[in-house]
Amino acid sequence: MENLEYKIIVGLEIHVQLLTKSKMFCSCAISFGERANSRVCPVCVGMPGSLPVMNKKAVELSALAGMALNCKIAKFTKWDRKSYYYPDLPKNYQISQYDLPLAAAGFIEIPLENGQTKTIRITRAHLEEDAGKNLHTTGNFSQVDLNRAGTPLLEIVTEPDLSSAAEVRSLAVELQRIVRYLGVSEADMQKGHMRFEPNVNLHITKDGKEYKTPIAEIKNLNSFRAIERSVDYEVQRQLDEFSRTGITMETGNKTTRGWDDDAGKTVLQREKEEANDYRYFPDPDLVPVEFTDSWLAEIRAGLCEMPIKRQLRFVNEYDLSDYDAGVLTAERTTADFFEEAVKSGGQSKRVCNLLTQVGLKMANEANCSAAELGITAENLAKLAKMADGGQISATAAKTIMEKMTQTADEPKVIAEQLNLIQKNDTAELEVIVEKILAENAKAVEDVKSGGKKSKAAKGFLLGQVMQKTKGRANPKVVAEILERKL
Amino acid sequence: MDCNCKKLRDDIAAGRIKSAEAVEAVFDTIEKNDSKIGSYISTFKEQAIANSKQLDEKISTGKSAGILAGTPIAIKDNMCTTFGATSCASKMLENFHAPYNATVVEKLISAGAIIIGKTNMDEFAMGSSTENSALLKTVNPWNTQCVPGGSSGGSAAAVAAGMCSAALGSDTGGSIRQPASFCGVVGLKPTYGRVSRFGLVAFGSSLDQIGPITQNVTDAALMMNVIAGHDPADSTSVDEKTAPVCDCLEKIDEPIGNLKIAVVPQFNTGADGDVQKAINEAIEVYKKMGAEIVEIDMPHLEYSVAVYYIVATAEASGNLARYDGVHYGHRAEDIENYIDVYCKSRAAGFGKEVKRRIMLGTYALSSGYYDAYYLKALKVRNLIRGDFLRAFEKCDCVLIPTCPTTAFKFGEKMDDPLKMYLSDVYTIAANLAGVPAISIPCGFDGNDLPIGLQLMAPAFGEDKLLRIARMFESKTDWHKRRPPII
Ligand SMILES: [Zn+2]
Repeated sequence: MENLEYKIIVGLEIHVQLLTKSKMFCSCAISFGERANSRVCPVCVGMPGSLPVMNKKAVELSALAGMALNCKIAKFTKWDRKSYYYPDLPKNYQISQYDLPLAAAGFIEIPLENGQTKTIRITRAHLEEDAGKNLHTTGNFSQVDLNRAGTPLLEIVTEPDLSSAAEVRSLAVELQRIVRYLGVSEADMQKGHMRFEPNVNLHITKDGKEYKTPIAEIKNLNSFRAIERSVDYEVQRQLDEFSRTGITMETGNKTTRGWDDDAGKTVLQREKEEANDYRYFPDPDLVPVEFTDSWLAEIRAGLCEMPIKRQLRFVNEYDLSDYDAGVLTAERTTADFFEEAVKSGGQSKRVCNLLTQVGLKMANEANCSAAELGITAENLAKLAKMADGGQISATAAKTIMEKMTQTADEPKVIAEQLNLIQKNDTAELEVIVEKILAENAKAVEDVKSGGKKSKAAKGFLLGQVMQKTKGRANPKVVAEILERKL
Repeated sequence: MDCNCKKLRDDIAAGRIKSAEAVEAVFDTIEKNDSKIGSYISTFKEQAIANSKQLDEKISTGKSAGILAGTPIAIKDNMCTTFGATSCASKMLENFHAPYNATVVEKLISAGAIIIGKTNMDEFAMGSSTENSALLKTVNPWNTQCVPGGSSGGSAAAVAAGMCSAALGSDTGGSIRQPASFCGVVGLKPTYGRVSRFGLVAFGSSLDQIGPITQNVTDAALMMNVIAGHDPADSTSVDEKTAPVCDCLEKIDEPIGNLKIAVVPQFNTGADGDVQKAINEAIEVYKKMGAEIVEIDMPHLEYSVAVYYIVATAEASGNLARYDGVHYGHRAEDIENYIDVYCKSRAAGFGKEVKRRIMLGTYALSSGYYDAYYLKALKVRNLIRGDFLRAFEKCDCVLIPTCPTTAFKFGEKMDDPLKMYLSDVYTIAANLAGVPAISIPCGFDGNDLPIGLQLMAPAFGEDKLLRIARMFESKTDWHKRRPPII
């Protein structure tokens, strides 16, 4: 294949399931994995005579997400019916927002691999109801499960500002972090809480001329890995196709493709963008939404420092590595917990190590967040201080932290109970060191003789002291005494 | 037995008549006459008698039995009930049994009403003669060669023929008032948002409103007291803070002083001679009572029919999309795939007029036509609203005929839909503007067919509107005349 110069152009459509107790227009509980059609009512199955009633919480969460994405929130927004016939759509129209989306004209900052950030423009974000699911499991017929029908979805559309598969992935990860920070969504990819649809094409320069390849929309991606791989694949496929056919973008030749994860390929679903006419019109069953200033202020109070800013601040303010800062800021509660412990006097790096090496591991096992382990920020700070002051060893700190999830006792009490307080008493240790030196004349000689053997002999003597103290001697102090005596 | 609602209720509550006797008497009348008239699609004799006996027991123990205490009430077959089918007089829903009661049905039941049956109508409330019913033919009790009007023809005929104390109808473009006029009874279309639409199978959601059809104005007031009010299940029902529900009955017999009535000359002159004469006489009745008559111009009302047939059909095209054989309604046999299910089921399940309106509405919403039709219609609708607002600055109510003619013969307009549509020319404007309007008997034509007088008032002015209507009724006897059939 010839070597072509090209730019990758990607825009994203993202569906985010909102973290509400009930559905968008009825009081059915949001569910996952329940028996088919067990979470439905006359409204979400579109029964004749039923009417939708707006879920205010969903509107507030959407506005909050819009604010976090730096969007303008519409003062006045409304509901529109989007008509199309499909078995998973009970009314044969979806309640959505057409020409007056709830939020528009924003941007999101995403981290790049080189440590810089990039701004991706957000075109719009609007609220709509999800459809049900068609099941093709048995026999010569299909079934429909409407448990999901009516679940509130926030559809976010970006401008085509993304220029690599890695950037697309980065946006996905960053958006997940944002919506989780705000409590807008659980954003559990495995449960389909976030679904991504990249629109991909290339701008190829050949013989001084620019050619645009036809846009392909990849449908329904729900893992970060799939997002990155599918875009990478699509780029290569479009390059190859252009080389072979020279086909360029024109009206009506946008295609829809699915992602076959096992084969690692995108697969053609629809050859040509169907001339869909959704016949949008305002839903007469619902009243328009007007955001008053006081309501907007109330919603805005739910905003917080965005994760990407917080991560940067953690690096600068707490002297952490970018990696550690990223781990700590992945979840808002963990980051809050960390900052509280530091505020309570814990040294930042020590608190960070305890949290990332012990806390998150335990949290992961317990399927909760680090802040929910039952350890108070004050006690974590005290533990960090003990480790820093040499009262306990780093290993002991981990043991104590594990114990702290089971008891409300202060770390010092636990350390004493477990006999983990280090011996720092120089006078006491000097007596022990002298005794060891006397018992190991050969080793003392080896140390004094210098050379290769000297280092090993020093280690041996230190080990003897530690053994004698059952590991509770502060190795730093012992090493100092040894240095002096020899 | 005189079965008018208020009197019967008083008699039952006072123990002078037993509810069970009243209900049985009404069923006697139904059994005697309804084979000729065809008001009821379904009746619930056993259930009704059982319920009335229960109520009698309650009354005999001195308990309050509700403000409709044991009176037999009919409802149009487009309001959902957990008992019987809710057919909308369509093959589509012939076997649809709702799992819930419409809010109005719940309100009737808790007010002590005995629901005796569900009445015939034009299929999905689309029509002006009840000839579009796919299930039953209803005739006009005054002349069986004539239509009862529509779409609430069954309800109006049942009230006129004494086959219930009162009935509920629904009015999208005149469907309560026009049949009330044709059948010589009282029909009130309340303000849009005054009565809950929850459980009313939708036709034109921004126009539909449930209201009473009764033998006299006082009964209409009584029924309004039962069915009016905010319903959290209907977002378009107006909350009590914005428009408190007034007691329509309290001052019903108190005339309104300094009454100012507006007439619209261009409307009166468009009506048949007999109708014009009756309306002019009605004006004289008001004048004698001291009312001031002012002439006003409502320049945009002439566009009502055009606007209506775009707005109502557009909404209907969405509302009726769910009757596709997959989700609801008749399912065709011998199908190849799901598209085939849709096409064949809808082709067989809907009648001609319903199909015509779905086509019209679909067309009006299609891309490329939306602005020219639907959007323009919404703009003109606003102008019509403006006409009413300006009119009500100068008067308490607007007086025009309910219909340009009296009841017409079967088949007379069935081949000419436009002619049929134009029979709603006087009633449609009130739906477009959302204002309350009432039709009351005001005379008879040369063929002894009833003529209706229409009064329209500012939004949420039902109490005043009913009093103005009652003023006329108290000076005339038209409402006391009964059709020859009984
Ligand atoms: Zn539901």
